[in-house]
Amino acid sequence: MSAPTPSQTVGPFYAIGLCRHPDDELDPDGIELAGRLLDGQGEPIWDGVVEVWDAARGLWGRSGTDADGRFRFRVRPDADVLEAFVFARGLLRHQRTRIYLREVDDEVLRGLDPERRSTLLAWTESDRLRFDIRMQGDRATVFFAH
Amino acid sequence: MTIAADPYEGPVVLPDDPSFGPGVQIDYPGYRSTRWRAPKDPLVTLPEELHRIDGPVFGNAALEPLDNDLTRQHDGEPLGERILVHGRVLDERGRPIRDALVEVWQANAAGRYRHDVDRHPAPLDPNFSGAGRCLTDGEGRYAFTTIKPGAYPWRNHDNAWRPAHIHFSLFGRLFTERLVTQMYFPGDPLFPFDPILSAVRDPKMRELLVARFDASRTEPEWALAFEWDVIMRATPFES
Repeated sequence: MSAPTPSQTVGPFYAIGLCRHPDDELDPDGIELAGRLLDGQGEPIWDGVVEVWDAARGLWGRSGTDADGRFRFRVRPDADVLEAFVFARGLLRHQRTRIYLREVDDEVLRGLDPERRSTLLAWTESDRLRFDIRMQGDRATVFFAH
Repeated sequence: MTIAADPYEGPVVLPDDPSFGPGVQIDYPGYRSTRWRAPKDPLVTLPEELHRIDGPVFGNAALEPLDNDLTRQHDGEPLGERILVHGRVLDERGRPIRDALVEVWQANAAGRYRHDVDRHPAPLDPNFSGAGRCLTDGEGRYAFTTIKPGAYPWRNHDNAWRPAHIHFSLFGRLFTERLVTQMYFPGDPLFPFDPILSAVRDPKMRELLVARFDASRTEPEWALAFEWDVIMRATPFES
């Protein structure tokens, strides 16, 4: 076994390499999934990247955040859950989370107390889905070892 | 003014701490931006099968013809030292990972990124965008032609400079075989001063981020060459 290559931060200038092409539509006819990436002081992370993976359908997307920390995707509304990675300046390794488009009865959610569980559930806001990612604090999003 | 050494002398998280990944202290105090961004709560363990799901597959449709040659993406040639950067993408057992999408981005020879937020008063190069991508071949090999990036200042602490580096993003076969990292050049005098490199606390692990000068692949009258292999970590259950 060889030692794996260590991770390093994506840095603040990732967009020149990772956001050259729009990659945020997993399904162009799908529903909008929008949210904000926030740091431990509630400030927007303006230099982050969120990647989502609808593993059941083989649909992948990537969205850089804007000045308000906003990311957005267009996703299949019938998906239950999206796998997600968060990258940012200040993250020496990317973090893994899951975006549940609806509450389902699965081992992952069952293992979390209700308050923590709620950080993984998207909610409906007018005609779109919302999901915020908080890196730290009382309402910090659940991140998974990977 | 002198260049301050990486000021952090605090406790070291064991490099093999499974909750934080391979050799990286994610809340490394010397790197200031980690403070409000690195998660503080313990990471939650997922069921094993969720570590084994397949990841996205990218084909040739993801590539444009000059994506692997950063020196030919404009009408003229970029300034700087022309180099070939090549290597293999392997799993932890040394098996090649084929068709892995490899994306790179970097500063130009003067140490400036083509990005609105980069305010370093060094010149932009109209002939250099600093981004490329390729897929690994059947033996896991990738190769880029580019120019050697310059070192540049950042605001982490007084008179802070980043050693020259190329950013790499890689997708393996499994969803969890995902890596974003930085490749450095051998012998850079800025290594001991850089908190981002120092966040990898084990010196042997840091060496894995430094390319090797490859005399055999230099092209006479044309370009120097560096070789750098990437080992993708699969799942916590496989190690």
